[in-house]
Amino acid sequence: MKGGAGLSIQRWTPLSVVSVGTLAVLGVVLAAGPLFLGANAIDRLTTLFIYIILATMWNALAGYGGLVSVGQQAFFGIGAYAAIRLSSFGVGVYPALVLGAVFAGAVSYALSGFALRLRGGEFAIGMWVVAELFHLLVNLDKLIQGETGTSLIALNAFSPEHRRDYNYWLALAAVAALVALMYALLRGRLGSSVQAIRDNEEAASSLGVRVLATKRIIFVVAGAGCGLAGTLWLATSISFQPATYFGVQWTAYMIFMALVGGLGTFEGPILGAIVFFLMESLFGASGVWYLVGLGATAVVFALYLPRGLWGTIEERFGLRLLPVGYRVMASGSAQLAARSDAAESGGDSRAAH
Amino acid sequence: MIWVNQIVQGILLGGYYALIACGLSFMFGVMRIINLAHGDLAVLAAFLVWSIVGYTGMSPFLALAIVLPVMGGLGWLMQRVMLERSLRAGMLVPLLTTFGLGIVIQNLLFAYYGADTRSLAPAIGDLAFDSWSLGSQIYISHLAGLIFLVAVLLLGGLQLLLARTPLGRAIRATAEDPDTAELVGINSRAVYAAAAAIAVMTVAVGGTFLGMRATFGPYAGPTQLIFAFEAVVIGGLGSMWGTLFGGIVLGVAQNIGAQIAPNGFLIAGHAVFLLVLGVRLASGSAIARGRIRALLGRSP
Repeated sequence: MKGGAGLSIQRWTPLSVVSVGTLAVLGVVLAAGPLFLGANAIDRLTTLFIYIILATMWNALAGYGGLVSVGQQAFFGIGAYAAIRLSSFGVGVYPALVLGAVFAGAVSYALSGFALRLRGGEFAIGMWVVAELFHLLVNLDKLIQGETGTSLIALNAFSPEHRRDYNYWLALAAVAALVALMYALLRGRLGSSVQAIRDNEEAASSLGVRVLATKRIIFVVAGAGCGLAGTLWLATSISFQPATYFGVQWTAYMIFMALVGGLGTFEGPILGAIVFFLMESLFGASGVWYLVGLGATAVVFALYLPRGLWGTIEERFGLRLLPVGYRVMASGSAQLAARSDAAESGGDSRAAH
Repeated sequence: MIWVNQIVQGILLGGYYALIACGLSFMFGVMRIINLAHGDLAVLAAFLVWSIVGYTGMSPFLALAIVLPVMGGLGWLMQRVMLERSLRAGMLVPLLTTFGLGIVIQNLLFAYYGADTRSLAPAIGDLAFDSWSLGSQIYISHLAGLIFLVAVLLLGGLQLLLARTPLGRAIRATAEDPDTAELVGINSRAVYAAAAAIAVMTVAVGGTFLGMRATFGPYAGPTQLIFAFEAVVIGGLGSMWGTLFGGIVLGVAQNIGAQIAPNGFLIAGHAVFLLVLGVRLASGSAIARGRIRALLGRSP
């Protein structure tokens, strides 16, 4: 893509080519993980993959789409519930886990016409009410036995060792597929459209951006992604207690991961998920003070480091490992202005109004 | 007759929802902030009152008089330290920071008070269970009647404050346009801080009555937030008397739902809320008028 007067638009840097390549290699190495990793490491990595999915989905909604949802646990729970229901109808247990996520995506599609017309805080709490309502309705199902819950018994057909490896591979495939899909979406036309909507819906609409259709794609992918995270969680824990799956703590975790990693940066939430995972491993045992720390950290980041850890690193060093935006370059290789990249400066322009 | 009773009880319950919701409505009307820590602040106030009653044996109403300025100070501080900066950073940041604050409050309460649920009902004597009877099957508890009355007085008081006092005038001007308000000599930072203090004081009143009419624990806040938000939205976001109306609709729906099925209480409330939202979206009217004129019940 050539601009005028010796300017060119750069989308890849040599570093980002290397980093995408490294990620691909890492994926292959991780796929062979069960060959050389212990049982505990496999379990922990499976959890980390689920966190990365959740963080990436929430960041796509809030960081790129401007949609702060306090109710993504609706899809996390409904995905797990659908998997249990499908399994009880005789669907094979692993297909049921994937279909549960598809069902969550379908539910988010059905909701989108309503939910996406809500603004700001209305959307945030509206989604929370939706999650509460799903929770209550799922409790009505005799199979679930109210808050007592039930288990995905069909998983017992597999030995614990096999189950661990299968769950790991499924989680790895899920996180790779969802992160790649989100990356492709946000790098493409949709990424620019959705950020334009985030920054000013009326202006975007007047430029011909199809507001509802654009938001809907992000919302449905995020719904299916959170649903898949829910079914994966079900696969690892086997038991389904509605209050756990539909709990607002999932949103708290997602907010924490996205904020600390860097809201509106692509790499940030992945880093945030790793930070969250490490903090949970180190301090999770201290229970309530750990949660106080999570809440306080989220507040401090929202106020003083709105672009999170990754956003700060990116600004300081000009690093872009997984670029989704555009950079304007002078005919040489010198960068014209670090912050002139239209799409990626969204966070700043948001701060300005 | 049982249905009439459910509706009467629903209206009274609506008074409680309006009471717990008026701070949320006020804060949205003035600052355009939906405070996700709203319910947790109410529960915090209930715990503070409970502690004072426990240590001194005084009446919860007297304890509330002590807690009110404390909560007002907290609201002022919250605005100055957190919300002011959040507001400058855009529409979404206040949601994130108040949600984080809510988590901090819940877990600090848990760390200090533990998991037990508490109630102020033992401290208010006969008021907790006395009632007036209307006919043979309808009873109105003194407490529910008092709560309804306090809700009406508080909403009316806020309305008068906004419409008639110099502070109210400054709040309205700042809500319309903080920069222009500054030009005519209004200190908009101070006005916002005062509005936040007032809002959180009303939350303290709501929280105290929550403690009298029911039990509460450290994690009771989010449920109160959801009820308050539902009342505010059903009544029209940012409208004071609308909040009372919304609370009544919510309370009646919940009680009718409970009469139909054991799980119906919450389901019916959420369903009515989503239905009202859906109908408003379909009819194309703006939900969040959010202007101070709407707060005063005038059409924008």
